[in-house]
Amino acid sequence: MPRYFTEEHEWIDTEGDSATVGITDYAQEQLGDIVFVELPETGAEVVKGKDAAVVESVKAASDVYAPISGEVTETNSALEDDPGLVNSSPEEEGWFFRLTVSDKGELDGLMDEAAYKSFVDNL
Amino acid sequence: MGTLESAASAKAAVATEGEGRARDALSAKLSGHPTEGAGTTLRSEALAACSGTEILSDDSEIEEREPELLPLDAWHRARDARMVSFAGYKMPIQYGGEHGGIVAEHNWTRESASLFDVSHMGQLSITSPTDDPALATHELEKLLPGAIGSLKPGRMRYSLLLSENGGIIDDLMVTNAGTHLALVVNGARKWDDIAHLREHLPDEVTLTHYDDFALLALQGPKAADVLEALVPGTGALTFMTAGLFEWEGSHLWVSRAGYTGEDGFEISLHASKAKALADALVADERVHPAGLGARDSLRLEAGLPLYGHDLDEDIDPVSADLIFALSKKRRESGGYLGHTAIATRLAEAEGGTLGKRRVGLLLDGRMPAREGADVFAGETHVGRVTSGGFSPSLGRPIAMAYVAASHAGEGAALECEVRGKRLPATVSPMPFVPHRYFRGS
Repeated sequence: MPRYFTEEHEWIDTEGDSATVGITDYAQEQLGDIVFVELPETGAEVVKGKDAAVVESVKAASDVYAPISGEVTETNSALEDDPGLVNSSPEEEGWFFRLTVSDKGELDGLMDEAAYKSFVDNL
Repeated sequence: MGTLESAASAKAAVATEGEGRARDALSAKLSGHPTEGAGTTLRSEALAACSGTEILSDDSEIEEREPELLPLDAWHRARDARMVSFAGYKMPIQYGGEHGGIVAEHNWTRESASLFDVSHMGQLSITSPTDDPALATHELEKLLPGAIGSLKPGRMRYSLLLSENGGIIDDLMVTNAGTHLALVVNGARKWDDIAHLREHLPDEVTLTHYDDFALLALQGPKAADVLEALVPGTGALTFMTAGLFEWEGSHLWVSRAGYTGEDGFEISLHASKAKALADALVADERVHPAGLGARDSLRLEAGLPLYGHDLDEDIDPVSADLIFALSKKRRESGGYLGHTAIATRLAEAEGGTLGKRRVGLLLDGRMPAREGADVFAGETHVGRVTSGGFSPSLGRPIAMAYVAASHAGEGAALECEVRGKRLPATVSPMPFVPHRYFRGS
């Protein structure tokens, strides 16, 4: 179950034809206190590199892009009551949504954990 | 000492993200302003040298200027502050560490006391010539709608610099400092203000810019105890009064005012002493530093408008719900720039024909409506949000908006449109969180 990362600070875990998406610890740290997460509808088709969710911190609203294209199969309903999960557990309990993997080839351009770490270190 | 300045509750603006959609929202929009070269004493003939309005009106040129550093820049960075460009300065938006973060800093200000560096603000004074001691007051009253002549020494007033058409050039604090009038103006507006004042004040009135002074705000319910322990006597000040104090051989000009809705002080002192005082204040365990982020959420809860967002040159004080800043006797006597336009707006307000008005909005749910969000009553577009965000104290989103006066009544049910969704919003009295100023025991 490899985890991939985008330059926009999303992470994606794949398992067979399904994938889970969230934002990285670095992203939540930069955003600060998160007060609301607007998730896509189940059944929505998201497109790689396009808006899929919006995360609202006290300060500002920020787009979360879909790391790959696919159909949203599930969203993290725990974020409705406790958006702070994105701050406290960004890469586990604070996941955003699950989607079908329509084209595994879209994962090719993404970073692995080591590459993402060095990407962040150079920001 | 003619070199000490009033501190004030004027408006440190926070770079909020206007459209709020960009992924790089963190690096908050710059509203850079030129920062070069104020001489100390500004006479009209010196204006060309200190950059007139013509030069400053080109935004693209402004954005390119390198931000200046605050006197406490290294102090902020040592506390792991996230620095953003604002009003021509690199400023801390929030600090790191266990007490850092906007919500933590916000809550600490409401519970205890926070230290804000607002040294970007313009600290000015105007002084009469010795043979005409009332001239400065008389001339300043031609530029703003407040009764300055009736301010006793040590008392201060919130006021507005107005244009001919009644638009708000800036909001500011004016203090009768005895030997002079002390002004504290918005950092992002100070150069325009200086140009405006110098253009209209006669040469006999001396305008001084204290660009070598820092301004520290200590805000919160424990601020008075903290400051009294350090600077005895400051606890006797009441809200909107100011005085000169001494601390470790330096002069402090202390005002009991602020921009958070809490009790607190603004302390003006020479930049060379700022670090020592900041260190002494945070050495008290009741005080933590707080940045522009918390300052913005605090002032929003307190219902205090932010220049450049809730106020600008196209907004008049009546529409801005700042009628309290129009001193009663001067509403009729007039004699200030913009009075004719203001009188018309006042008559409209009385006759129920005012176009739009600044109101508070309390939103349902958790999704904030930010600056720029459209406001609807049913299918009718009735206004626009000028500041909005999530209120840490209330646990829900709040906003300020300009709304058609016919829909601005308390309790009016409206909707804010955010990313295609309609969020229910109710017109609500401000402040959202009650002010807790110290008016005397």
